[in-house]
Amino acid sequence: MDILIVLIKIAVVLVTFLTTVAYVVLLERRLAAGIQNRIGPNRVGWQGVLQPLADVVKLVMKEDIVPAQANRFIHDLAPMISIFAALVTFAVVPFGNTIELFGQQIKLQIASVNIGVLYILAFASLGVYGLTLSGWSSNNKYSLLGGLRSSAQMISYELSMGLSIIGVVMIAGSVELDKIVLAQSGWKWNLILQPIGFITFVVAAFAETNRTPFDLPEAEQELVAGYHTEYTGLKFGLFYLSEYANMLTSSALTTTLFLGGWQIPYAENFGLPAFWLSVFQVLSFCMKTLLVIVFFIIIRWTIPRFRYDQLMNLGWKVMLPLSVLNILLTGLVMLLIN
Amino acid sequence: MKSNGQLKIIHKKDLNFWQKIYLTEILKGIKLTLAQVFRPKFTRQYPEERWNPPASFRGRPVLVEQNDVERCVACGLCARVCPALAIEVQASESEYWKERYPVKFEINMLRCIFCGFCEEVCPEEAIVMSQEYELTFHSQEEAIFGKDKLLVPVEKLKDRLEFLRKYR
Ligand code: SF4
Ligand code: SF4
Repeated sequence: MDILIVLIKIAVVLVTFLTTVAYVVLLERRLAAGIQNRIGPNRVGWQGVLQPLADVVKLVMKEDIVPAQANRFIHDLAPMISIFAALVTFAVVPFGNTIELFGQQIKLQIASVNIGVLYILAFASLGVYGLTLSGWSSNNKYSLLGGLRSSAQMISYELSMGLSIIGVVMIAGSVELDKIVLAQSGWKWNLILQPIGFITFVVAAFAETNRTPFDLPEAEQELVAGYHTEYTGLKFGLFYLSEYANMLTSSALTTTLFLGGWQIPYAENFGLPAFWLSVFQVLSFCMKTLLVIVFFIIIRWTIPRFRYDQLMNLGWKVMLPLSVLNILLTGLVMLLIN
Repeated sequence: MKSNGQLKIIHKKDLNFWQKIYLTEILKGIKLTLAQVFRPKFTRQYPEERWNPPASFRGRPVLVEQNDVERCVACGLCARVCPALAIEVQASESEYWKERYPVKFEINMLRCIFCGFCEEVCPEEAIVMSQEYELTFHSQEEAIFGKDKLLVPVEKLKDRLEFLRKYR
């Protein structure tokens, strides 16, 4: 029975996740169009709601080209690593409290891993292999440069990302994500308790997901399309999907770690029936995640790309000291309060 | 940065603290981009809303047809001047006033670059650029326009002919 529940949870979450990813692509296209005084895709279905479907059909029908001198095995493997890392990270994100369905207490989280934060850091950084390997195996100088950049960028930002989460872990006293969410009850959101940590985490998340202003691995103007220059059809689609899946996962993580996760402040006092309370909590998680995604998109169409040396400067000389300072401050304040 | 028409160079040392930490500037940028979402859009919804080009527009070249006869006298100047070698003219005698007429007049629309030289060189004002810009083909043969597709009655080309008389 337990296995069945887990399988159903995985199926439901996976389908919802992938559909959301597809619609995040549409959202980005429409929002980008709006920012540029255009209308954006509005032809396929009402206001373009079927556009993601049309995109998928187009990508599947395209020819799959592997460059003659490329390493075929790794060339095929790289996009799979990318999408794997993006999907597997989402598994530990709690998207709601327990819910009672058909007399069963169901925890709204696919896997409650007791090393939550460490698991996330480990798998999120696995994604870089996808980019680096694709860059290397394509046998193309643009791809190679894109892959190199992505690995350098990941290493620099992984560090400040890990360090900026430590403040959150200190406050919650646990690395388990559901405990971290529970510790943010009421208005004790980490956004308010940890403003520096929040900023460093979000900046690092931008760098980890290769979103502008840190999209150096695929910088169109200099590198054609960077690491995925030599990819077509379904494999390109996988890279595209994993970019947005990464974005969605990062937004969900930002929500969980800093915006109180699925919590609605003081919702327990409203006197709602338990079932509806859980539903509203899931909805609040979705809303918060959506807001973070919109923020990601707007930033992309607002800020120009950093230069490579600026990226490194920011990572090592600003982000790293800031996140260390944040840990010290958090420790001091906690000492003073207790 | 531009202020009252003059270029002003801003050095890093001139920035104040808030500008240096960059975050407030990002917020200002977000305000600017978000404001654009609510501004009127420039997009033209093409198949429903079509654009009517002005008379100066160079659309596909067409032959002028007056009183059911083409004006062309098959002198071959347009074929000679065409930089893309898109025109083919074959002359023959006719019983009309003009003595010569083209038995065959073909423009390969895949070659034509819409330069308007043929229109400029024609002594009879017999070939002009129209306002049509919707040209799609399914095969290369389809793209070779014969007299059937090229002939257009003079009434429909009034705008262009007037424009040519006025400005040339
Ligand atoms: S230049 Fe004018 S008259 Fe001469 S062949 Fe061309 S269209 Fe006919
Ligand atoms: S418009 Fe230019 S390219 Fe086209 S047929 Fe006339 S001369 Fe040739």
